[in-house]
Amino acid sequence: MSGPELVGAVVASIAQVALVVVGAPFLTGLMRQVRARMEGRVGPGVRQPARDLRKLLNKEAMRPEGSSVFFVAAPVVLMATTLLLAAVIPFISTVLPIPGADDLFAVVAVLMLGTVSLTLAALDTGTAFGGMGASREVTILALAEPTILLAIFALSVRVGSSDLTDIVEGTLASPTQVLLPASLLAAVAFVVVIIAETGRLPVDNPSTHLELTMIHEAMALEYSGRDLAMVELASAMRLTILLGLGVNLFLPWGVATSVAVLPMLLGIGAVVVKVAAAAALLAAFEVFVAKLRIFRVPELLAGSFLFALLAVSASFFLR
Amino acid sequence: MIDVGLWLVAAAALLGAVAVVVVPQRVRHLTAGAVTALVGAGGVLAGVGGLAGPGWVRVAPGLLPLGEARLSVDALSGVFLLLIGGVAIAAGVYAIGYTAPGGHHAGDAGHPGPDAQPGNPAASRTAQVTVPLFVAAMLVVPAAANVTTFLVAWELMALTSLVLVLTEHRLRASVRSAGLWYASMTHAGLVTIMTGLVVLAAGVGDETFAAIRAGAADLPPVVRSAAFVLVLLGFGSKAGMVPLHVWLPRAHPEAPSHVSALMSAAMVKLGIYGLIRVGFDLLGGGPRWWGLLVLGLGCVSALYGVLQASAAVDLKRLLAYSTTENVGLVLIGLGAAAVFAADGNRVVAGVAAAAAVLHTVNHAAFKTVLFLGAGSVLRATGLRDLDALGGLVRRMPATTALVAVGALGASALPPGNGFVSEWILLQALIHSVTSASGPVVAVAVPLAVGVVALTAGLGVATFVKAFGVGFLAQPRSDAAAAAQESPVAMRVGSGLAAAVCVVLALAPAAAGGPLDRVLDTLPEVRGTGPLTDSTVTLRLTGIAGAMSPLVIALGLVLAGSVAVLLVRRLAARTARRTVPAWGCGGAERNPRQEYTATSFAEPLTRVFDDVLGPEQDVDVTPHAESRYLIESVTFRQRVPDRLEARLYPPLLAVVGAWGRTARRLANGSVHRYLAYGFVTLLVGLLLVGVTA
Repeated sequence: MSGPELVGAVVASIAQVALVVVGAPFLTGLMRQVRARMEGRVGPGVRQPARDLRKLLNKEAMRPEGSSVFFVAAPVVLMATTLLLAAVIPFISTVLPIPGADDLFAVVAVLMLGTVSLTLAALDTGTAFGGMGASREVTILALAEPTILLAIFALSVRVGSSDLTDIVEGTLASPTQVLLPASLLAAVAFVVVIIAETGRLPVDNPSTHLELTMIHEAMALEYSGRDLAMVELASAMRLTILLGLGVNLFLPWGVATSVAVLPMLLGIGAVVVKVAAAAALLAAFEVFVAKLRIFRVPELLAGSFLFALLAVSASFFLR
Repeated sequence: MIDVGLWLVAAAALLGAVAVVVVPQRVRHLTAGAVTALVGAGGVLAGVGGLAGPGWVRVAPGLLPLGEARLSVDALSGVFLLLIGGVAIAAGVYAIGYTAPGGHHAGDAGHPGPDAQPGNPAASRTAQVTVPLFVAAMLVVPAAANVTTFLVAWELMALTSLVLVLTEHRLRASVRSAGLWYASMTHAGLVTIMTGLVVLAAGVGDETFAAIRAGAADLPPVVRSAAFVLVLLGFGSKAGMVPLHVWLPRAHPEAPSHVSALMSAAMVKLGIYGLIRVGFDLLGGGPRWWGLLVLGLGCVSALYGVLQASAAVDLKRLLAYSTTENVGLVLIGLGAAAVFAADGNRVVAGVAAAAAVLHTVNHAAFKTVLFLGAGSVLRATGLRDLDALGGLVRRMPATTALVAVGALGASALPPGNGFVSEWILLQALIHSVTSASGPVVAVAVPLAVGVVALTAGLGVATFVKAFGVGFLAQPRSDAAAAAQESPVAMRVGSGLAAAVCVVLALAPAAAGGPLDRVLDTLPEVRGTGPLTDSTVTLRLTGIAGAMSPLVIALGLVLAGSVAVLLVRRLAARTARRTVPAWGCGGAERNPRQEYTATSFAEPLTRVFDDVLGPEQDVDVTPHAESRYLIESVTFRQRVPDRLEARLYPPLLAVVGAWGRTARRLANGSVHRYLAYGFVTLLVGLLLVGVTA
């Protein structure tokens, strides 16, 4: 990588991080607003989550009696994993400065690390709700893992690499690949995984107020003040990252392949529009479904596993 | 260097054993631990020599009753010598503290044993003498270069470890049953290995490995396949391969913890070594179905092992099942390598074999840390039952930190060392299918990827449970609340192994050169050099894509620091206030309200009900005055090994019936015995007469 290119790549990476950090609360706001409108409510406006974050930052933080360093460190680890992913996944440009971290298996594993840190913190609180949330979260995490890795497998077959940059550039080079059965099946599997990993309906209800049905919220129940702000922001960022990853894996148009200014600006615009559209669609979908019983979730994930397996087989037999 | 190392092993083991016997009791634990570590150091020296240098052979004619003792060390032997030696150093240093006076033991069912025990059984003279001998026997196995030497060392290893498994037989009835299972399984395994190797030696007319290596290619395919299946059964049972794993979750938890670490991290690996040595080296690879068989058995072992581990509540049993899981992953790598090599896809076969060998080393490192950590918990509390543990992070911070390093490696998350080898394995699998490979491979490989993925996911669940329930939260029993930090020797011992984990996690490319030399000893993957191009970033030869564990780790540290700095700037700068946790309005908090390991694993146990088949007893005692009021509820759950319950009773029944039938042959009549002798002599003479 030459000097100017490196500078451009660093700028692109920083722009991505800034975009995800700033955009994530507004994306959550957008999803809530879409839901509210479709349910016939006025809604608080897209800026409400950002206002909530500012409020939380100025509130006092508390920790439950007997909690250890794991409780305090978990929001930081969660935030670190999402920041790292925001910097290395090609959202606006495929030319990024950090090599060796944009392999899809590594990306998925880093996401998992964030989840695990929060489950450990939940167990660390020593409450029944924390244990309940952690137990359910790792169950879903474990059962979603085969689908994710097989979907990655299906995507990597057509370019011969599991590197995100290679996959995105490969799709940009030959756009008709997106319509192959393998890609479509993998896309379906990937959508289910995104829903499961980010705790959206029908797997988890992000706006529930009943502790017994909570998964993600039960793990974050003991957080307050700046710690809660970090957990909330990181969760919103994970949703943004996974949606951005999804749209760029299957519809990568607009992603810059150089460090020139114009393509990068175009890349920013494209990813914002695509992610916002995907989020609005997801929110609209959520209006029409109810939360599944927790023991029906494995069936949903088994179904998505089947799609992913078919995607891999299709990539061998139908090309 | 190899000479020095192996002489050190022999001298330290034999002289050290004498020293341990004669020294007074108050310095015995110190002597025994130092001797074990010294034997291990000899193994490390020999291993480094083997990995660095050219071939090395020594012959001692007439040393063994049936022939010569022949030793030879190449790179493949070297990596296993290094592994065993390393584990032995950590376990030896640890044992100085573990067998020192004081501490608790586990009684029946994982609960604290009676504290009135006269001394620690692991500190007894027999146990202390046997540990260095066990390590020395293990170190001879990978250095053996003919069938006799190999089998003698193999049997010595089995016998010494059996003595060690039985160490605490006075404390728990389960130890005696574990010893019986272990003795039977290891000897059944010895019989199949011996038969397989003898078939090969008879076929080529010489028992040295060099002769077998040269002549095995000319043997008829039936003989080769029969020998391979026989040694696969024997080595598989030693490695804990399902369905021959039944002894492992019994014997490993019952041994003293430093011996558990030696068995689970080192001895089990010799099953892998045997399979590589005979299957890949001596036989030089075989038809595709060999590979598919190993791949299939690996998939079953990985899934079954991790499922049992995810449901287990006994900490050491959980670790033992996790060993079966990781052996399964190694077998997936080896089987995949054999399949790809048979398909002519040598480059990817090399990557798969490298993943298998690297995962063997990684597993040894993190399993040592974890078993030693479990031992520290056991010594501090007398508990193995996760449902009664908790809160150790405040009582035992150093041990908790070390176990965290091991658990991170075992759950295959970055930046842990298990992640690196699983990543290489996945890369080999997803790049294996070419237009040349048939439909069998095109179906088998995606299934294998699914198995590896589910194993990884359930592995995370297992270790979140083990660590989160066992070490975090509130203590669930008085014994856990009163835990004391371990003696310094124990922390140093597991610290050594944890340091190796960190190095392997952050700089796996350092293992690249030695790994390439190991693969060069195997004809099917010779010269593929899968990690040759790796520096800080792992780049696999013949495979696009790269991954850098160090960059990921540094990136996480940098991102975390930025997050902390930003929050410091933006947020209210007040210290966190400690308050009671939210109890739904209930003010009083009781550790009994916490989630336990059983409740944590309940969703998974329910999802995989058909495989695990948990046995539950719920007793509800109603109040005397009204059946609508409940006096008490008792809940008991046991997750039995269903494979064992299904497969082994019929087998044992057949063996038992056979034994009872055979008893009729010997009814005590002298006439009958004389007749047996006469008939045998007659038949023998007739045979000689006919054949001559």
